[in-house]
Amino acid sequence: MDSTAHIAMSGVTLTGIRKTYGVRTVLQQINMELAQGELVCLLGPSGCGKTTLLRILAGFEVPDSGQVMLNGQDVTHLPPNKRRMGMVFQAYSLFPNMTALQNVRFGPRVRGLGDAKAQAVEAERLLAMVGLAAHVNKFPHQLSGGQQQRVALARALAVKPDILLLDEPLSALDAKVRTQLRSEIRRIQQETGITTVFVTHDQEEALSISDRVAVMSEGHVLQMAPPHEIYGAPADGFVARFIGAGGVLPGRAEAQGVRMGTVFLPAHAATRFAAGTEVDLFLRPEHVTLTGADLAIPVGAVSAVVQEMTFFGSLTRIKLGLAQGSEGEFWADSPSDLAGRFTIGMPVWASWSPASPRVLAR
Amino acid sequence: MSGAIITAESEAVAQAPVPRPRKAYGARTSLSLFNWIVLGLGGIFFFVPLLVTALFSLWEGGNTYGWSAYDKMLHTPGFWDSLFLSLRLAAETIILSFILMVPAMIFVHLKAPKLKPLFEFISNLPFVIPAIALIDGLTTLYTGPTWLISTPNYLVIPYFFLALPYAYRSLDVGLSTLDVRTLTEACQSLGAGWGQIIFLVLLPNLRTALVGAVMLILTTVIGEFTFASVLLFHTFAVFINDTGQNEITEASALTIFAFLLVWLFMLGVILTGRKGAATVGGAH
Repeated sequence: MDSTAHIAMSGVTLTGIRKTYGVRTVLQQINMELAQGELVCLLGPSGCGKTTLLRILAGFEVPDSGQVMLNGQDVTHLPPNKRRMGMVFQAYSLFPNMTALQNVRFGPRVRGLGDAKAQAVEAERLLAMVGLAAHVNKFPHQLSGGQQQRVALARALAVKPDILLLDEPLSALDAKVRTQLRSEIRRIQQETGITTVFVTHDQEEALSISDRVAVMSEGHVLQMAPPHEIYGAPADGFVARFIGAGGVLPGRAEAQGVRMGTVFLPAHAATRFAAGTEVDLFLRPEHVTLTGADLAIPVGAVSAVVQEMTFFGSLTRIKLGLAQGSEGEFWADSPSDLAGRFTIGMPVWASWSPASPRVLAR
Repeated sequence: MSGAIITAESEAVAQAPVPRPRKAYGARTSLSLFNWIVLGLGGIFFFVPLLVTALFSLWEGGNTYGWSAYDKMLHTPGFWDSLFLSLRLAAETIILSFILMVPAMIFVHLKAPKLKPLFEFISNLPFVIPAIALIDGLTTLYTGPTWLISTPNYLVIPYFFLALPYAYRSLDVGLSTLDVRTLTEACQSLGAGWGQIIFLVLLPNLRTALVGAVMLILTTVIGEFTFASVLLFHTFAVFINDTGQNEITEASALTIFAFLLVWLFMLGVILTGRKGAATVGGAH
C-alpha cells in the first residue's frame, strides 16, 4: 500500500499532534495517515507516547496543538462520546453489574441504535462472532480474562465504530491465550473492515497482525511501514535494535563493506556512504552462517568466537564475538539439531551474503 | 459484517480448568479455643447489658413481667410523630448527602485524586468539632427561609455534617473497589453521557457502598440527641430522653425498640450487600 493510496482512502489523519504534561513533552509533531480498513500497530517501549496518541484519537486527551481528522471531519475537540470510536482497554473494563449481553447492548442502548429487541439480537450475533454464544448471560466475574476481552471487543464493535482502538488488550492474558486472541482480532478486523489502531509493546504481536507498524520512541514516530519493511529495512538504529534480534557492529564505510579495525565486514549497503564515514553495520541472526574454523574459509567470512548459546526449540541462537580483538557482538541462528557441533569458546567462521546487512549512519 | 464462529471454549478450559469454590480473604475453616473465648467474652460484654435492659423493659413491678411498657410506649403521645420525624430527617439527610457527595467523590476519584487527603480531612472535622460549637456556628451562619430555619428541616444541615465521616468512608471504599476511570472511559467510548455513566454504571456498582451509607446516615440521625435537643425539636432521640425522665421501664422499651430498628436496618445492609456485591476481575 503506497502513501498515495493512503491519502486517497484515508479514514484517519493526524497532523502535527503535540502533547506535553508539565515540562515533559510526550508527543512531538506526530503526522499519520490511516487508510480505511487498515490495522496499524503503535509499537514502542514504555513511555514512548503510544497510549497518549491512542487516547488523543479516542478523545480522552486533547492535543496541545495539531489536528485529528476522522473521515474528513475535524474531531480534535470532540468529546469521546460524540466520536464514533470503539475501544478495548488494557484493564478489564466490562461493567460488573451487567451480563455479557447487557455489556454488548450498552453502546447501542445509550446511542439509541434500534429497538431493544434488535439490540439484543445484534449483541447475541457479536458474542457468537467472538466465540461466546454460550456465555451471553454470564456476569464478568464468571468469565476468564480472555473471555472478558472478547466481550469487550464485541461491545466495541456493537456501536459500529468508524475506528476501533485497542489499548494493549492482550497484555493481561497468558501467552497461549494472547496468541490465539490476537489472530482472532485480526480475523474479525478483516471481516468487519474497520480501521483499527492497536497499541502494543510486543513486537511479535505488532509484526504478526498489522498492515503497517508505527515504531515510536520519545514522542516521535521513527518509522511507519509494513511489518516486512520495518523488519527488513529499519529506518534507523533504534528501529533496527528494537525490532527483532540483530548485531550492531560499528566501523567506517569502505567500498562494498565496513572496516572495523583490521576486520572487513562485507556489505553492499556501505556504498551509500562516503568512504571513511562512521557507520553501524546491522546484521540479522538468520543471515549469518557458521562454519567450523577447521574447515575451509568461506568467501568473505570473518573469524569469530562462540560466546553464548540459547536454545529456542527448533533453533538455537548463538552469540558471537569477533576474534580479532574488535568490539561488537552479533548473533547467528542455527537449526537446533545442527547447533550441537558448536560449543562456547569455539572459534568459527561467520559469513553472510553482502546484500543482507543494513548499514546505518551513526 | 460476516459472522464467523470462533471458539473460546479451549481458552476457557486453559484459563479456568477446575472451578473451585473460593474462600473469602482471611476465611478460616475452624476457630481455636482462644478465638472462641475472645468471641464469648465479646458476646457477654455486648449482650448482657441488652438482655438486662430488655428484662427491665418487661418489669411491671414486684415479680410481674409483661408488655405493658411496650404497649404504653406505642400509645404515648409523640411516639409516632417523633419516630416519623426522625425517619423523614434521615431521608432528607440521605438525599442531601448523596446529591452533594456522590458527584463530588466521583469527580475527585476521576479528575483530582490529589484532593483526596483534603476531602478526608474535611470529612473528619465533625469528629473533632464539639456538637455545641457546631450548633453555635450554624445558628450564627445560616439564615434563610422560614420553612428551613423555623422547622426541623434545619436539622438536616448539621445532620449532613454529622454523618459526613461515615458516608464519606462508605462511598470512598466503594469507589476504591471500582476502576472508576476505566469504566467511565469505556462508557464514554460507547457514547454515554455523564448522566448515563453515573446512573447506569457507577451507581449500580456502588450499590453496596450506597446502602451502607444510607444505613449509617439513618442510624446516626435516629440516634442524634444534642442538635435536636438544643434546637428544641422533638426527634425520636429527644422523645426517648424525655420519656426516660419519668417512665424508666418505658425508656428501656424505647431503647430496645431503637436497637431492634437499627439492627433491622443493618440486616438490610447485609442482605442487599450480598445480592448487589460487584465483583471486579475475572474467573481465573
